[in-house]
Amino acid sequence: MCSGNMAAGVLSGVRQVLRGPRLLSAVFSCHGQTFSSAAAAVKSAPDTAVTEKILNFPLTQPDYFHLSELFTMKDLFEARVHLGHKKGCRHRLMEPYLFGSRLDTDIIDLEQTAELLQQALNFTAHVAYRGGIILFVSRRRQFGHLIETTARECGEYAHTRYWKGGLLTNAPIQYSPGVRLPDLIIFFSTLNNVFQQHVGIRDAAKMNIPTVGIVDSNCNPSLIAYPVPGNDDTPVAMEMYCRLFKMTINRAKDKRRQMELLKGISASV
Amino acid sequence: MAASGCRGVRSILWKYGSCAKNLYVSRSKMVPQLPLRQISVASSLWKKNLAAAGPQKFTQEFIDKQLEEFEVGKRHLANMMGEDPETFTQEDIDRSIAYLFPSGLFEKRARPVMKHPEEIFPKQTAIQWDAEGRPFHFLFYTGKQSYYSLLHDVYEKILAIERHQDKMRNKGLFASDTKQILLTGSRWLLKEEIEENLVENISDQDYLRLIQLMEKLLSMPYCSLEEEFILKFRKQLEVQSSKYQIPALQYDPQGVAFSVADGRRKTAKASITLRDSGSGNITINGRNYLHYFPVLQNREQLMFPLLFVGMMGRFDIEGSVEGSGHSAQAGALRLAISRALLSFVSEGEVEKMRQAGLLTADPRIRERKKPGQEGARKKFTWKKR
Repeated sequence: MCSGNMAAGVLSGVRQVLRGPRLLSAVFSCHGQTFSSAAAAVKSAPDTAVTEKILNFPLTQPDYFHLSELFTMKDLFEARVHLGHKKGCRHRLMEPYLFGSRLDTDIIDLEQTAELLQQALNFTAHVAYRGGIILFVSRRRQFGHLIETTARECGEYAHTRYWKGGLLTNAPIQYSPGVRLPDLIIFFSTLNNVFQQHVGIRDAAKMNIPTVGIVDSNCNPSLIAYPVPGNDDTPVAMEMYCRLFKMTINRAKDKRRQMELLKGISASV
Repeated sequence: MAASGCRGVRSILWKYGSCAKNLYVSRSKMVPQLPLRQISVASSLWKKNLAAAGPQKFTQEFIDKQLEEFEVGKRHLANMMGEDPETFTQEDIDRSIAYLFPSGLFEKRARPVMKHPEEIFPKQTAIQWDAEGRPFHFLFYTGKQSYYSLLHDVYEKILAIERHQDKMRNKGLFASDTKQILLTGSRWLLKEEIEENLVENISDQDYLRLIQLMEKLLSMPYCSLEEEFILKFRKQLEVQSSKYQIPALQYDPQGVAFSVADGRRKTAKASITLRDSGSGNITINGRNYLHYFPVLQNREQLMFPLLFVGMMGRFDIEGSVEGSGHSAQAGALRLAISRALLSFVSEGEVEKMRQAGLLTADPRIRERKKPGQEGARKKFTWKKR
């Protein structure tokens, strides 16, 4: 399953909405009410061929943002991403992603991790390129501050605190009627403080919001759209993930600004 | 057959009736072309769930329109009253409305009112996202953005101080006896005050968590680096004794100092003149205190303020008292003597007197009798049967 196709499939609704707002309810039919979605971000621009090209051309390339140069498997190994939990903590659905176990400790297969991480970063980059809202979520108190700082530095949003029940599912009442929900949620650790699956994963699936998640060997990868098997307990590994996501998002946003400038220049010419 | 069926259904519905209303649109016999249509609507669907709607929200355009109407209406009102529309103030508006719409209602808020829309419509929080829908604050999706951002900042400062500590340790300049922040005479801000500052509601646990974080910040040796930040969350306690109004020290034609003060207890009112360079004589209502207060307890009450400050034989006291009973009169006189003494005594002594309770007026008064009871508290005899 090519990541480009997946991205195109998920975001094709965006292109349809550019043509006509009536299709919004058909495409996002699972939304009970009409929230303004990612499409609203680009509604102001007139429907010219140049805008179409800016939005659609990156989707035709497999690695438009050259994210493969951001990390290598050796970097992942040195950041101890391959270290999982003990055999007793292993989740059954994580078995395909494990390379094996050594002295009872599960070792995560870095070849699969590298590929899946590449796909996840690519998806994140495309979402950031199209001006989507990205929410970083984690309930690990050790890394909460780091994740909030990362979110602030790339101009996105973070939630590393107690997750109140209806944040996504009851949004117009929790916040205000016209609120826009996140377009991508990145889980730096899919478990909460009592070793149960984070409520946000289920809620995001209910609200049709794609998720990227770092799944350790004791996590359930089923509801996550882009699971990335990897260690979520070591500071080195978390710092590496934060750095990677920050660089991806900044790169994508810079690229978008560049394209807008070029469009401006070509329009004036 | 259809008719009987219909009647049967109608009779059943009549029995189980009030919850649903049924409308039968014409009968096939009378108007053959219209089909028999049954519309069943439960009245519970018509009721609006008022509780779930929350406080009423007004759009900005609605409020702008109200503002326009208010301005125009103000000018009309001025013309009606024959006054200048340019200099028509809010008091003039209130006066004119009270004149044109006289209301005998007791509840002031129920009377006709014409005020600026800002005062009538409740303030709503401004929209927290930009034109594209992206929120301004990076912690918007947590729900309590100001509170969590405050926690984030405090933790940031803790980390900064830890880094500074490590640097000093590396250089070998680490000293645990560094300058400490003075915290005496101040208290942490209350939950309500913090809510006011953050413009957000926080729970008790959130408040406790914040105070714990601040205490952690204070426990570090180099916390004086963030002194200014910490003092923003502390409120200086006022010195209580400075609140008392000390009666002015006046001088006799002979040069003798004296002060005058009043005191009250229950319904007794007392007034005291305290003269310096005396010999401890006490005159009340023209009589000697021994005659006026035969009971020892009352005389002790008079003596206590002077005994406390140690100026027993120094003053001559001249007092007048009226009302209530002997104990209350003694209490009123005691308060008056203490107040008069304030002008002869130093600052530290004033604080001591305050802590001894000499300067506090006793607020207890007679509790009223309630109907259905013998007295204020005593009930009628309880009979089991």
